[in-house]
Amino acid sequence: MKLNHQDFEDVRVVCVDENRIDAACAIQFKDEMRGLSEAGPSRIILDLGNVEFLDSSGLGAVVAALKAVRHGQRLELAALHPTVQRVFHLTRMDTVFTIHDSVSTAVEGVANAS
Amino acid sequence: MRPEGNLQSKVVRRVAPQSKENELRIILPARENAVRRGLKSIKSGLGPIGFSSDELASLELVLAEILNNIVEHAYRGNEAGIIEIQLSQTTAGLWCTVIDTGAMMPNGEPPLGMQCDLNCDVADLPEGGFGWFLIRELVHDLEYTHEEGQNRLSFRMSIGRLN
Repeated sequence: MKLNHQDFEDVRVVCVDENRIDAACAIQFKDEMRGLSEAGPSRIILDLGNVEFLDSSGLGAVVAALKAVRHGQRLELAALHPTVQRVFHLTRMDTVFTIHDSVSTAVEGVANAS
Repeated sequence: MRPEGNLQSKVVRRVAPQSKENELRIILPARENAVRRGLKSIKSGLGPIGFSSDELASLELVLAEILNNIVEHAYRGNEAGIIEIQLSQTTAGLWCTVIDTGAMMPNGEPPLGMQCDLNCDVADLPEGGFGWFLIRELVHDLEYTHEEGQNRLSFRMSIGRLN
């Protein structure tokens, strides 16, 4: 499981450098995400642009990552493939997460708000 | 081969009598990485015969949920387990049968897979239980039997209909 990250002023963009988050890598994803949010700024954007497949284990791991953020910290998602978006939609998890069309709009969102 | 106690002969494959050219049969060991490879083979096998990428994505999701459940719950990590997948393309869509010899499903039937209640604090959000909900959202005519130690799950997906 490869997660790359890049820090901007008060946002950390975590990019999943794999094309799937599934049962075979869900636990590893969860653990690595926890480490990246613990040491991260108040806003984490998870860039799913490379992820073409996410199953229920992968979804569970993304939910676990949301639950692992510290008080006051936010985890948002960006650049979901239609197949991944559909899993969020079917399970209604798209109502729980803030989802951005792209990483750039997600990061700009902060610039505009501040 | 000994004619009397040959275990193989007991595993009767009840393959429906349909034309072979629209069938795909894959056998894989009950391991997460083998499931990944099996899904890849199925996608590359069906892609060229008229399945759209959306249709293949639905099939991959359904099969991933079913196969990983078998690895995790039916065989409980016993990597000697074997899973057989039969796919048959018909005018009604794609019929799928998944066979294993692991533990029976709880209460002898596939879980209902209810929509999770998300009206709760983030800390209480469910991290699992989505699998059977997703399967039931995407398949039709789901049937399950457990006979002579064999689990047999079959269903239809409205994809890749033959004209």
